[in-house]
Amino acid sequence: MPMSPRKRAQAFRGVQYGILVLALAAVAFLADWETLGNAFFNLDAMATQFPGIITTALINTIIYTGLGFALGLAVGLVLALMKLSSVAPYRWIATVYIEFFRGVPALLVFIALGFGVPLAFQIQFDTYSTAAIALGLVGSAYIAETLRAGIQAVPKGQVEAARSLGMAQSRATFTVVIPQAFRIILPPLTNELILLTKDSSLIYLLGLLGTEYELAKFGREGMNATNSMSPILLAGLCYLLITVPLGYLSRYLERRAGRKRDEGLEVTA
Amino acid sequence: MSADTGDAQSGGPIVEITGLHKAFGMLEVLKGIDVTVERGEVVCIIGPSGSGKSTLLRCVNVLEEPNSGSVVVNGFELTDPDVDIDRARRSIGMVFQGFNLFGHLSVLDNLTVAQRKVLKRDAAEAERIARENLDKVGLAEKAGAMPEQLSGGQQQRVAIARALSMQPAVMLFDEPTSALDPELVGDVLGVMRQLADEGMTMLVVTHEMQFAREVADKVLFMDGGVVVESGHPSKVIADPAEDRTKTFLSRVLNPVHASETTD
Repeated sequence: MPMSPRKRAQAFRGVQYGILVLALAAVAFLADWETLGNAFFNLDAMATQFPGIITTALINTIIYTGLGFALGLAVGLVLALMKLSSVAPYRWIATVYIEFFRGVPALLVFIALGFGVPLAFQIQFDTYSTAAIALGLVGSAYIAETLRAGIQAVPKGQVEAARSLGMAQSRATFTVVIPQAFRIILPPLTNELILLTKDSSLIYLLGLLGTEYELAKFGREGMNATNSMSPILLAGLCYLLITVPLGYLSRYLERRAGRKRDEGLEVTA
Repeated sequence: MSADTGDAQSGGPIVEITGLHKAFGMLEVLKGIDVTVERGEVVCIIGPSGSGKSTLLRCVNVLEEPNSGSVVVNGFELTDPDVDIDRARRSIGMVFQGFNLFGHLSVLDNLTVAQRKVLKRDAAEAERIARENLDKVGLAEKAGAMPEQLSGGQQQRVAIARALSMQPAVMLFDEPTSALDPELVGDVLGVMRQLADEGMTMLVVTHEMQFAREVADKVLFMDGGVVVESGHPSKVIADPAEDRTKTFLSRVLNPVHASETTD
């Protein structure tokens, strides 16, 4: 007798639970927990990482990311406006820039900036500036696209209302459009910040002084010093300390924006 | 003639449109329009959808760029490329079908932002004028609210107060009640009627025949991009001369009956 659709759905759910239990059992029984524990969960090795992993590495990661994000936001805004410009060459330049920096691995940008630019121009920026510029270049390409979408999502009537009140196009853009575009793109912008936080791990390529270590570099130095994998696990946890709250923030902002939109629809319906 | 001063002789018409043509690509929407609006006059533009009413209104503050013809408002020749269009628009208030309140600003800030940034009024002065106008549209207690917290009718009254806060010489209304629930239409029309009584010059695109009949000094009936008939509402609405006007009015004033007879 063929199963009814509801019975079949029930059976299928049962199979899914079964697969999950088997997979967990396989990991639990087959993994070498003792070796794994020694390598990754060595509390003594972890203890040696404090307080530096917080006071130096975590703080530096936040500083590098924050500087890169701020620069990325500024450049991204200019690029987004260029992409929406009525002057065609501005649109072309912005498109080429965005396609290039979005398509090239961040690693290559760091190498180009850390080694190529000093060779070419005989100038050497300090680590913080180089990191900010590299992360800013990478971030701005993504942020520009996000911002452009946000600006275009602001209803045309907003600009018309502003213009009808005597605002010039540029004033309407900065007073009316961009603030509302930011409200729309706050959730995706938070995601860019999370991506940039992880990209900041590439800064080690620039060659860092001890006081300039960020989390990934700090963790790997710790691995060498303690002969244990535990420090890098700890560094990973520190990344989560930054990114998980940002993820929650992003979802919270998304929910809030969604609720606002729904309420708005009710009013005008 | 100086196009920049904007100080028109107080005697002449405030809006003077001659030979206005507007096309979107191949589609010719306005095919030679001549309209004159005197100071203090209320002019209602009626007509079927697609007749070019809204486009005509949007040409009056150049939200749409006319292809040819001339539009003179308050002494500004708006079709002159040398005219300071932002300056000219300060004296032309506009109310949209979709309200278009600035969603990120409170009601009060919606009313003060252009006063401060465009007219360079100081914050206290701008707020005083804003509260005066909010009071006029009956929403003094909503100054701190965000637009999304208001009903459509309230949003539209705020939009009217926002335009009034610039102390314009003429007000344009583009189907101001078309997006509203029927029970909210009356409040908005009430505010507009009060404005008309105070002597505001108004150009209103509307489907509210009752309003046009009672408030307008002049009604324009548009169809197919031309003004078919114009004059006092007692003539155009109550006793139209043109067949096209008659057909339109019978459909609007008695939709159930009209659909029965046309089928």
